[in-house]
Amino acid sequence: MPVIDKATFEELKQMSGAEFINELIDAFLEDTPNMISQMQTALAAKDVESFRRNAHSLKSNANTFGATELGALAKELELMGRENNLDIGNRLEVLNEAFGKVAEELKGMRV
Amino acid sequence: MTSKQEPGRLLVVDDNKVNRILLARGLEGYGHKVETAENGKQALEKLRSDSFDLVLLDIEMPEMNGYQVLETCLQDSELRHIPIIMTSSLDEIDSVVKCVELGAEDYLNKPVNPVLLRARVNASLEKKRLRDEQRKLFRTFATKEVADELLKTGFSLGGKFVNASVMFADIRSFTSIGEKQDPTDTIELLNNYFALMFEAIIGNNGTVNQLEGDGLMAIFGAPIYHEDHRKHAVRAALEMIELLKGFNVEQAARGKVQIKIGIGIATGKVIAGFTGTQHRATYTCVGDTVNLAARIENHTKEAQQPILIDQYTSEGLPIDIEIEALGPILFKGKQQPIHIFAVKQ
Repeated sequence: MPVIDKATFEELKQMSGAEFINELIDAFLEDTPNMISQMQTALAAKDVESFRRNAHSLKSNANTFGATELGALAKELELMGRENNLDIGNRLEVLNEAFGKVAEELKGMRV
Repeated sequence: MTSKQEPGRLLVVDDNKVNRILLARGLEGYGHKVETAENGKQALEKLRSDSFDLVLLDIEMPEMNGYQVLETCLQDSELRHIPIIMTSSLDEIDSVVKCVELGAEDYLNKPVNPVLLRARVNASLEKKRLRDEQRKLFRTFATKEVADELLKTGFSLGGKFVNASVMFADIRSFTSIGEKQDPTDTIELLNNYFALMFEAIIGNNGTVNQLEGDGLMAIFGAPIYHEDHRKHAVRAALEMIELLKGFNVEQAARGKVQIKIGIGIATGKVIAGFTGTQHRATYTCVGDTVNLAARIENHTKEAQQPILIDQYTSEGLPIDIEIEALGPILFKGKQQPIHIFAVKQ
């Protein structure tokens, strides 16, 4: 599976206008680490609502960029949060790694 | 169609920066002016301090979520007319249904498809433009309350039977007046005359629903029912005659033609509802009562009385309104003679 689905990314570019794609990529690269760290904080504080909401936003952004695998991982965490289940094992680390790959790829897609 | 779309002032509300940038840049690309808000509270502040044509509203937000913003807007008479499109991810479909039931205009799934975004935003802006036009048009024909009620129900009042008072008013021998004077004078006379008549009718809770030449039709007690509709109709008629006196004094002073009018009122069951198309609709009333009011108005000339009413109208009047029974009259097309009363000034 490609890290970034090209068709989705092209659609995104078409919608934002090519000149704004860098702005979008930067916002994503800036915000995602914050979301992951807020999920860690929420996990420690057993704040299910904050955990779920951050997972939700991360999922939404991942899907926007066509980062299919990252989106699926975030969705799984969002659903666990929705079911009040914070017994997530190493899923957050896996998600962090997936984001690392996405970030690398996106940096190369800036215009 | 999309190329003809006028740009709108849009507010994008989303706690997620990527979504905000994406929607704002996308919509700006289509020529719209876009402002953004990061949460519900900020959105309401912007909506209250500035004017917008459309809101794109995220559901999931901290502090004040999309539902709360939507509900607040719908309860606020100043914000209620701004259409709101909910933006949500596919798995929030239950929430979206709830929002549409509450009164959201439409919804869009995230990630937003550019073609759908443009089409749905333009459709919502076009609908708002039409509603604004109707609101403006309606406010000149009816009270603010009636206009608001109609806009709230989305002009969807299907045909129904209502008990109401129907008024017809006409200028006597208007055709010959028009033939004798300059056309500009005639149109000016009509405009001044209608302005005064509208004032009397709307001031007494009536709605003008037809204008034809020098004649008008008004309805009292509908679209919003009021138990005093008979009294309101007759008070409006008395006020119309009173205003006309002042009008004639002014006409005489300017060396212009003076006019007389006849007013007929009948009360009973009418069929009322909106007719027309999506682009142009009129509040229409039809039925025997409407025909009778027209016949009674027509009879004012022969009876040499400015205001004539039927019996049912006369039974709904307070004692300070003086009436005189003129006896039964058999109108053309009617099986039974109708008791007619003249209203005294």
